[in-house]
Amino acid sequence: MAKYMLIMRGTDDTQAQMAKASFDEMLETVGRFNDELIKAGVLVAAEGLDDAAQGVVVDYSGETPVVTDGPYGETKELFGGFYIIDVSTKEEAVEWAKRMPAFPGAKCEIRRVPGIDEFPQDNEWVKKERAWREQTGQL
Amino acid sequence: MSSVGAIWRIESARIVGALTRYAGGDLELAEDVAQEALAEALEKWPRDGEPDNPVGWLLATARRRAIDTFRRRSVRDEKYALLAEEDTDGGDGHLWDPDRIDDDVLALMFVACHPVLSPEARVALTLRTVGGLSSEEIARAFLVPVPTVQARITRAKKTIAAARVPFEVPPPADRKERLGGVLSVLYVIFTEGSTATSGDVLVRKDLAYEALRLARTLAALLPGEPEVFGLIALGELTASRFPARTGPDGEAILLEQQDRRRWDRTAIRRGLAALGQATAAGRGLGPYGLQAAIAACHATAASVAATDWERIVLLYEALGRVAPSPVVELNRAVAVAMASGPAEALALVDELVATDRLPGSYLLPSVRGELLLRLGRRDEARGELELAARLCGNERERRVLLRKLEDQ
Repeated sequence: MAKYMLIMRGTDDTQAQMAKASFDEMLETVGRFNDELIKAGVLVAAEGLDDAAQGVVVDYSGETPVVTDGPYGETKELFGGFYIIDVSTKEEAVEWAKRMPAFPGAKCEIRRVPGIDEFPQDNEWVKKERAWREQTGQL
Repeated sequence: MSSVGAIWRIESARIVGALTRYAGGDLELAEDVAQEALAEALEKWPRDGEPDNPVGWLLATARRRAIDTFRRRSVRDEKYALLAEEDTDGGDGHLWDPDRIDDDVLALMFVACHPVLSPEARVALTLRTVGGLSSEEIARAFLVPVPTVQARITRAKKTIAAARVPFEVPPPADRKERLGGVLSVLYVIFTEGSTATSGDVLVRKDLAYEALRLARTLAALLPGEPEVFGLIALGELTASRFPARTGPDGEAILLEQQDRRRWDRTAIRRGLAALGQATAAGRGLGPYGLQAAIAACHATAASVAATDWERIVLLYEALGRVAPSPVVELNRAVAVAMASGPAEALALVDELVATDRLPGSYLLPSVRGELLLRLGRRDEARGELELAARLCGNERERRVLLRKLEDQ
């Protein structure tokens, strides 16, 4: 088994579609999908993000980071939220992504989430992080 | 794995479940036509491209084949004549009913784990129909030849049909007992995956994780059953130790020597949450919940010395009352050794030897050897450990025993 993150990537247009959609309907559609993941026994975590317009962007192109307010209309893709699922293969993660409710124009990126075991265990920073994960019960 | 394989893993339980209901409870027919549809997909999709609605395609293909069978059989069996007739109404035969699909999957689990089947048959049929594993995958996981698995599944389906096992979630009166049957199948699968009884691989994690996944499915479909949560908790807490159970060369590392920093904390957290659910029911813990509670004592202890062994002794006593077994007695003896010393534990073990309740098991001489060693009775200890190594079927566990002998 391996953990995969399904990263939802919307656009300004899909954001607009979402704003127009019925909230109740959306809750039901997403809720049904989440329920499928739960019933299949594969859901690890899921979070959706607040409105991009409420966010800020830190840009590192200059010598010092520059902070700008959202919305960042010039971007083509907006990170909207994610799922982490525990499945046996990448293909299975892809099949789940295909079932995800999404507005036309949106995309979903699928990336494997490596475990801390895959990092050098004698590195002091890895050890430190490991200790923190132990204390807090993190992923 | 192809996309066909991935889709099958996700959908097989629902496809076979829906088809079984459609075929009037005939699991054998449903599974056959589902497998035929899968075979057809494996041949056609790579060539012609994946259909827009893969699940719909699989269902429609399986249904067509089912109707062919209904018609063929209608000559000699009225039941199939009715099924074939019903299907000419132009509808989809209520094949995919979103309101019933959860019950179909549940019914499938209960039927696959039905007590008329042998334990091996229950395991194979569950992994095949509910888990969506192929005969090859099941054979690999259980280290048996593929034809053996195929024969088990074929026989199992015939037994279900001959015994006229109804395709349904058992009525409340039978629920508790039948649920126990389902849980024991998942437990066997988990245990087989987490401790191989033979062969060279100590942790066949994927099989264990599959059992855990099916237990989560069961919890979602049949909420409020404390023992389902107990089994999930036991599975999560046991699996949390997987990263620490084997050394760099694949050798087994015993609990006391494990680097606890390597335990999977997320799994522990999930396990403790599930144990909380099992406890919250307030009906007292069952066998799985109690084993999970024992695993939780280990999972939350910083070291062997810091473990609450007295609590573990009490939990084993409770476990011995609800699910008496010599293995539980042996484990209780190990806990007693930790809580009160080896002499008291040896008395318990000797009682097991005297009553010959664990004949042929390597565990008994292995524990006895260990206790004798701690009591300084080295010659006797050596004899017991040698016996244990001879009886042990798992190559890696045997090496641990041999190392103990060398260390003397």
